[in-house]
Order: sequence, then structure tokens, then C-alpha cells
Amino acid sequence: MIRIVLAFLGQNRLSTTLNLVLLAIPVAMLVLLVQFTRQSEERFLEGAEGIDLVVGAKGSPLQLILSSVYHLDRPTGNIPLTELERLRANPMVASAIPLALGDQFDGYRIVGSEPALLDLYDARLAQGQVFEHSLEAVFGADVARETGATIGQKFIGSHGLAEDSGEAGHTATPFEVVGILAPTGKPIDRLIVTSVESVWDVHSIAHVDHEYEEDHADENDHADHDEHAHDAAEHDLELEITAILVGYRNPAAAVRLPPSINRGTNLQAASPARESTRLLGLFDPAIKGIVALAVLLAFAGALAVFVSLWSAMRSREPDLALLRVMGASRRDIFLTVLLEGLLCSGLAAILGVAAAHTILWIGAQLWQVLETAGISAWNLGMAEAIIFLATILVGTLAALLPALRVSRSHLASILQRN
Amino acid sequence: MWRLHRSSSLGKLQLMASPLEIEEVSFDYGGPDVFQNFSMTIAEQGQCLLLGPSGSGKSTLVNLVCGFLKPRSGFIRIAGELISSGSEPQRDAVRRRHLAIIFQSLRLVSALSVLGNLQLAARLAGRSVSRAEVSALLEELDIVDKASAKPHQLSQGQAQRAAIARALIVKPDLLLADEPTSALDDANAERVANLFRQMTKDHGTSLLVATHDARLRTHFSTVLDLNGGER
Repeated sequence: MIRIVLAFLGQNRLSTTLNLVLLAIPVAMLVLLVQFTRQSEERFLEGAEGIDLVVGAKGSPLQLILSSVYHLDRPTGNIPLTELERLRANPMVASAIPLALGDQFDGYRIVGSEPALLDLYDARLAQGQVFEHSLEAVFGADVARETGATIGQKFIGSHGLAEDSGEAGHTATPFEVVGILAPTGKPIDRLIVTSVESVWDVHSIAHVDHEYEEDHADENDHADHDEHAHDAAEHDLELEITAILVGYRNPAAAVRLPPSINRGTNLQAASPARESTRLLGLFDPAIKGIVALAVLLAFAGALAVFVSLWSAMRSREPDLALLRVMGASRRDIFLTVLLEGLLCSGLAAILGVAAAHTILWIGAQLWQVLETAGISAWNLGMAEAIIFLATILVGTLAALLPALRVSRSHLASILQRN
Repeated sequence: MWRLHRSSSLGKLQLMASPLEIEEVSFDYGGPDVFQNFSMTIAEQGQCLLLGPSGSGKSTLVNLVCGFLKPRSGFIRIAGELISSGSEPQRDAVRRRHLAIIFQSLRLVSALSVLGNLQLAARLAGRSVSRAEVSALLEELDIVDKASAKPHQLSQGQAQRAAIARALIVKPDLLLADEPTSALDDANAERVANLFRQMTKDHGTSLLVATHDARLRTHFSTVLDLNGGER
């Protein structure tokens, strides 16, 4: 039976091809949409794993999350370093990791923080070691790959967060690459992580080098402090950081800590989970619109299959009558037409899924942003299986009426007409 | 009607039925009778011409013999099996087992090659045929070089031969040909008539040709004239 169906499909190559394309286009659209939304959503939520709260300067909470967790937007401002100590002293806080932003190298952000930031993103070293001293930096996997950086290389950071910010480089304070991270699939892949002190040093912000102070405590000679170790008050500058990534000690903190910060201080506390959901929610109407369009296209494709089969049955009546004459039953004829719809839609579904993944693959090769957003071409999911089965179902349903009509037609009258 | 037949190859006694028995068949389309108590029989390997002008009931009789129409009364048996009653699947099965039909224009499935048509016919009849068997039959009909050709690539004569091959490959008890020569000139009509007779004779198949083409009268010893009785 499959051979005769394939022969029938091959007989009308043009209409078969058009039907396949008409059905494959909405399938590809739906698959692309599912892939984009699912993968970017997963990537987005993964990026915020382990961060319960972000504390930063007042402003847009979404901006705070985007700039501090995903490193996509500009920070809302700076906050005093003393807030970090205050948070760390809070019994509801299990961890508080500072972030000091402001510079970039080759378009990649230089983030002043602590080695705990690497642990937060489950990043492990592929080469070298974690930064210990000022002006030592660890490169994320993407940064290392794109810049071709190697251990021991020096680089100069520039002020501003974008590559084309036009700001001059901090030529007097070059960084040294001391470590390169293995890929994590998280935002840290695109970051250059150094100590908060490095950021201050680059900007000539005076601070006490605690590490140095501890190392030389026994010498009890503060007058010979490291050249970085100046009195902050001397320059009349308060030490600042950009944001603090907070981990709760217990679930109750989620209820009590954010309001206490938002109401009782000049700071802002934003929840990555809530802001991510809000951000993804912004895309909801657009996604729903595209899904509706794709479904509409799918039905248009199914209608095309129906019209094509319906008219094909008319011209194929003599052939099908001959099959009956040769001994095929009505059921055989019914199944032949149904199988044609099923094969047509099955092929269209395969074509659509393959086209979508090929587009994703080509897209990932051409546009770095897709790769950065975590879009992988070979990530198949349950939604695709559902789209695949739904397409086959729609195609088979489109063949149902022509199949019923032709299998119920009166053979004697067809033979008389021919 | 039934007779005892000794199978030469197996040496066993077998009860062989006539390829076609039509017994007291009456039929109408809701108006006057097309047939009233009509009877005829074709003996094993017999060849019969059913002659009659348009409207004489030829096509109705063909449809009755094929089991596409049911008679009001009477019986039609193909190789001893009733095709005039029973459910449609039962009648389909009788047709599949014992009958091959060639229509004037419905000869081959247009989407399949000649070879594909033969293989499909055999499969539908529940027969497995080898490529060699198919080739031998096509060779016999002088169209072996057309095995891969689609029906639209064949000439009228080649298509007729391919249709005969399609019919004979299933080794039917009865080959029913409906108007096989009506569109042909005299020479070709004679060639086709001889081909039908020769091929069915060679393959031990009975033949019933229904036509209005009186030129065929001379080729058949048994002629049933639907207007003028039996010769």
C-alpha cells in the first residue's frame, strides 16, 4: 500500500511539494518559537540560580537584575561598601557577594568581586588559578575564546561597559590573566572577574589593602603600606560597590528581607525570580501572537492538503476504481487515501522540524548573540514531539473526508463513466 | 453443472466448478427489467463473446459478474463461489481470487509502471510472483522492454498487452474483457481478439468478452447476442 501511495504522491510532484511546503512552514515557525522561548527561558533562569536577591542603588528593579545578574544593562548606580558588611551581619543572609562594575575589555565586562562569585555560577578553572592579588583577573570561557587570551597575558581595561564607549584605557594599571574558566552556559562565561580592590585601584580609589595588611600585620608598620593603601578620607572618597548578590539563610528571609531593605534604607532589593518572570511575561503577548499565526498557517496548510486531496481524488477515481476491480476492498481504498494524508503531513513535519533546526544552526554560526543566549540547534524537546504528532493528526484529518468520499463511491457508476 | 476433473499434475480427484455460472438472474434499476431469468455458463477454458449494442445490458451484466451490482433474484458463481450475494468484502474476496477484468479505458493504474501494476495485481490477489515470472509473461506479450514504463508512455496496443499481462499474472479462473476492441481499426481489433484468445488459451483461463463490436463475432465459437439469443 505504501508503494502505491508513494506512486500517487510522485505522480503529482508539484502539488505534493507545495503541500509539503505549506505544512512545513508553520511547523518550522512553531519549532523555532518553542526552541527560542524554551531555551532562552531555561538559560535565563539558570543564570539566576543561587541568587535570591540583588541589592543595589534605587532605580528600576529589572535594570538592577539585568545589570547585576545577566550583565546586560547599565547598573542603577553605586552603593556604599558599608552596606555589604551590614548585610553580611544580617542573620537572614547566608551569603553576600559584592559586584563592582564600570570597566570593560574588548566589550566584555570587568567585574570586581570575590572568588565566591565563581562558585555561585558553578564555574571551575580550566587553566591557571583564581585571582589573589590586585589587578589579577580570571576570564570567562567565551571571553578567553573570543579574545584568544592566555595565562600571563596583560590587558588594559577601559572605562565604560560597552566596547564603543569611547573611553580611554587605564594604561597605568594593566590587568594580568591568571585564570581561565571552563564553559558553564551561564553569564559568567562572558565576564572578566577580578577583585573589588582591582576596580578601585584602576580608578585610583584609595582603600586599605586588607590582604596586604594581614600579611604585614606582624611588622606593625602601617606607614609603609602598599602604595594602594591610602587613607580614604584623605581623598574624600567613600568606597563603593555596584551591587550585592544575596543568598537567603532561610525561606522566611524572602518575606522579610526585601521590604526591610526597600523601606528602611536608600537601597533597592530586587528578586531575580520575580523580575525574570516579569521580563518573560513582557514577551508573552508577542509569543502568543506568533503561535496563533503559526497555528493559523498550519490550518491553512491542512486546508491545502484537504483541497489538494479532494481534487486529486476526482482525477484519481479511475485508478482507485481499478484497484477495487483488482480486488482491493473499500477499506484498502480508504486507508490508501488516509495514508497519503498521513505521509504528506509526516514528511512536512520532518521537513519543518529539520528546517527549524537548520535555521537555528545557521543562525548560531552567523550571529554570536544566539550562541550567547544559549540557543542550541540540537536541543530536541517534548514540545517538538507534540508539534510533530499534531501536524500528522491535522494532515490525517484533512485526508479523512476525501478518503471517506472515495471509499464510499459507487464502483459501477465510476466504471460506466470511464 | 459440476463435473469431476482429474488433475493431471497431482493425480488427485478434484471437484471443479465452472468458471462462470449465471442462473436465473433478474435485475432492474428500479424500472423495467434489464434481465429476467437470464442464465449462461462458461465451461473451463471456454471462450464466450457477449455481443450487444449500447443499452442492451452488457455493462450491467459485467457489473453483475464482477459483483459490483446484486441481482434481484438468481445466482452468479465464479469458480463455484457466489458473487451475487453476501457482503461486499465477501464479494471482493471472490473477485480477488477468481476474476480478472480489463476495461476499455481502465487498463492500468496510471501512477505505477507496468511492472508495478503487475506486482500490485498479484499482491492484491494474494499471489507472490517472481521477477522472472513477470518478465516471462511480458516477453510472451512482447512488451518486456516496457516493464519500467508508465502507462502514459505506452502506445494503445502496448497498454492493451500490459493490461492482459496484469490480468493473467493473477492466474484467474475467468478473464472478463469489456469492450477491448471498440476503439481499434479492423486489423488491430483482429490482433487484439486473437491475442486475448491465444493468451487465455495458453494460460488455461476462461474468457468472456463483452462488446458491441460485431467484428469479433467470427473469432468466437460461442457468441451470446443480447439482442438475438445464443449462437
